[in-house]
Amino acid sequence: MRARALWGPLVFVAALLVPALGSRFYTFLANDVIIWALFATSLNLLVGYTGLVSFGHAAYFGVGAYVTGILMKKLAMPFVLAWPAAGVFGAACALVFGFFCVRLTRIYFAMLTLAFAQIVWAICFKWNELTGGEQGMPEIPYPDFGWIERVGASVPLLSWRTAEYFYFLTVVLVAACLWVLHRIVSSPFGRMLTTIRENAERAEFIGVNVRRYELAAFVLAGAFAGLAGGLFGIFNRGVFPDFAYWTKSSEVLIMTLLGGMGTFFGPSIGALVLILLNQQIVSYTEYWPLVLGVVLVVLLFGFPGGIAGAVGAIIGRLFRRARGAEVRGA
Amino acid sequence: MLEVRDLVKVFDGFVAVGGVSLDAPTGSIGAIIGPNGAGKTTLFNLITGHLRPDRGHVKLDGRDVTGIAPHDLCRLGVGRSFQRTNIFPRLTVFQNVQAAFLSHRGRGGNVMTPVERLYRDETLALLESIGLAARAGEVAAFLSHGGQKQLELGLALALEPAVLLLDEPTAGMSATETREAIRLIERLARERGLTLLFTEHDMEVVFSISERITVLHQGRVIANGTPDEVRRDEAVRRVYLGERH
Amino acid sequence: MPDASFVFAQSLSGLTAAMFLFLIASGLSLIFGVLRVLNFAHGTFYMLGAYLAYQSMLWLGPGPGLFWIAALGAALGIALLGGVVERVLFRYLYGKEELYQLLFTYALGLILSDAAKIFWGTQQKSVSRPPELSGSFSLLGTTVPLYNLFIILLGPSIALAFWFVLQRTRAGRFIRAAALDRETLGALGVNVDALYTGVFMLASFLGGLGGALISPMRATTPGMDTEVIVEAFVVVVIGGLGSLWGTFLGALVYGQVLSFGILFFPRFSIFAVFALMAAVLIIRPWGLLGRPLR
Repeated sequence: MRARALWGPLVFVAALLVPALGSRFYTFLANDVIIWALFATSLNLLVGYTGLVSFGHAAYFGVGAYVTGILMKKLAMPFVLAWPAAGVFGAACALVFGFFCVRLTRIYFAMLTLAFAQIVWAICFKWNELTGGEQGMPEIPYPDFGWIERVGASVPLLSWRTAEYFYFLTVVLVAACLWVLHRIVSSPFGRMLTTIRENAERAEFIGVNVRRYELAAFVLAGAFAGLAGGLFGIFNRGVFPDFAYWTKSSEVLIMTLLGGMGTFFGPSIGALVLILLNQQIVSYTEYWPLVLGVVLVVLLFGFPGGIAGAVGAIIGRLFRRARGAEVRGA
Repeated sequence: MLEVRDLVKVFDGFVAVGGVSLDAPTGSIGAIIGPNGAGKTTLFNLITGHLRPDRGHVKLDGRDVTGIAPHDLCRLGVGRSFQRTNIFPRLTVFQNVQAAFLSHRGRGGNVMTPVERLYRDETLALLESIGLAARAGEVAAFLSHGGQKQLELGLALALEPAVLLLDEPTAGMSATETREAIRLIERLARERGLTLLFTEHDMEVVFSISERITVLHQGRVIANGTPDEVRRDEAVRRVYLGERH
Repeated sequence: MPDASFVFAQSLSGLTAAMFLFLIASGLSLIFGVLRVLNFAHGTFYMLGAYLAYQSMLWLGPGPGLFWIAALGAALGIALLGGVVERVLFRYLYGKEELYQLLFTYALGLILSDAAKIFWGTQQKSVSRPPELSGSFSLLGTTVPLYNLFIILLGPSIALAFWFVLQRTRAGRFIRAAALDRETLGALGVNVDALYTGVFMLASFLGGLGGALISPMRATTPGMDTEVIVEAFVVVVIGGLGSLWGTFLGALVYGQVLSFGILFFPRFSIFAVFALMAAVLIIRPWGLLGRPLR
């Protein structure tokens, strides 16, 4: 069990080393994966831990992206204020939307999350003055890395391009967010969420105010999705209305399920696999949706626990065999 | 302790509960019996807030608790088990009971402490008292039916209730399991001074431990009294003639 | 201030759009009502109906009466596709988590829509109006194409036919019963499996028919499916999941809101539609004519 605790720090260090590979493309890809990992993990707080399937999680991603974009581009605010604001606005939207959503169950809940997300999209799409409308907001500035660049000019190891400074920043910020999320799901609050997922009626009858907890989970998920969106807008060099469109919601949901919603790192693995797979396939053929569809069907019929679930099952079987061998051998 | 007056619940014209009153004095053990469909579970659902009554009230220790949300009623000291086992299937036995402690002791809002060690001793002690300590690490869904029923009891007890409502606690159990379960329930009720109200089909069980019995038929009370009184009641004999368990 | 004939024209176009949506949404609503699944692939069935109609027209060539054969053939082809999908694949997912069923229909949609791209490419395809209905006439100051009139009359006809089947035929009774309590129905000896396949095929037929019939009015392109599925969701939510007349009413409401929304509040018409959907879900989740889910 101790070994498992090492994975996090290992991946963190590995992520930091990616720019050292010298390829701008790898850094770009890693940056993409890491931001989506945060987005997907935030959704998993709702889907995997609380049992609430949302079809409109991209709403908070979009809100976060636009808030950071607008604050940095139009109001010239520094990143250190504009980025947390993404989380605050994401949480605020989630509070308002979630208040209505948690009153509904299952399919109606999902439909309402979809409706709210489409409303956000429609606003972003049409409110030209604020959001740039259909064209979106291109050229979001990078955070001011001036002071680091001055240091980097003198110290050889620390001399990187702006995009790479941003990558390091992303790694650190996402790692921090994931750490916080991990604390949350491992806490009593997290346990209460799983009781809701397992049996909401029973949870009520051990004193859990199910609606209040669901709303809290909704707000937290929205906050972290907003933070992911804030990073993504800068990374993408532009913020566009489709960040809130339902297809984005479906992408992140697929990542969560692909990687496995039963574990904390499942969604991150799903993000990694999906983005890498997309990269590879797109270079050979334009029929990425077809490939994705087939992968999903295989997953559903063969590996309902997602990749993490399948890997976990295989490892579990190996351990049992090893332990069995011990017992027999001794 | 628990006072129920004139509870009525009608579903689309069907009278599930048609004016039921009963009392459960502090520390007493009472049973509610009646043929299938008599309205026993609906009555429980009305008392515990899962359903709102159309008329009537429920008082706990003099305080009106009619129709309040289940989680609030829980906090006021009412524990309940369900007819169909209602546990947290993919959590372990330990985690199931621990969750109840976490909720009851008000730690549910804590977002930063790792949860494994909290209330470890209390949880294990409770598991010991209901005989599930050896299975603490097992996933709840894989327990036998009897084991799950025991776990249900454990969940209700973890809330340190003053009143315990058990809906068919021995349903689906063999004769031996039933005897053991009833002995356990009676012992725990006495030890903790609980007010116990349970529904049952098994007459042996009912007559062996209850102090008061309420008989329901088609949503109405047709008899209410000590076991002897009920045994001799005309209406009850009519209803139960031919009923065998 | 727009004049009466303009308002009338807008209303008619909203009505036409509504009838197409009704065709599609009724299939979605049927599948949800009986099988309890939200079929994301339904939009793709609609799109394939349009493509099949186009392909059939290529084979049959222009000529009187041939469009109807093409449209019917396309709808039947989609019904067959639906039946195969249900029997071979979907059947294994019953009883599994709803999320998996949803995801499967979504994946199916992805696969089928790309398959359409492979066969027919990405360029727009168009189908000419059937010569019998290519004319138009004048009413209240506007020109009404005959084809539109046909569609406007077809919608309620199909709704009535549907209603008749559901209320007055044996099969319809089984369908309604399955929607209420499938286990009991099975216990009564009805072949529930065949019923499910039949329902799926009927719904697919309607979706495919919608696509085939819209092909003379709108260009057939990839991306039709994602556009229409969200619209269909809005319609069934507003009207009530699983309710036939609810879907009809929802389609009417949607059509009018959209066409007049574009007229008076062009910037907010899309917003209005989703706001309406949200409002219905908040105030009366089971829609205008639906019933609360058990």
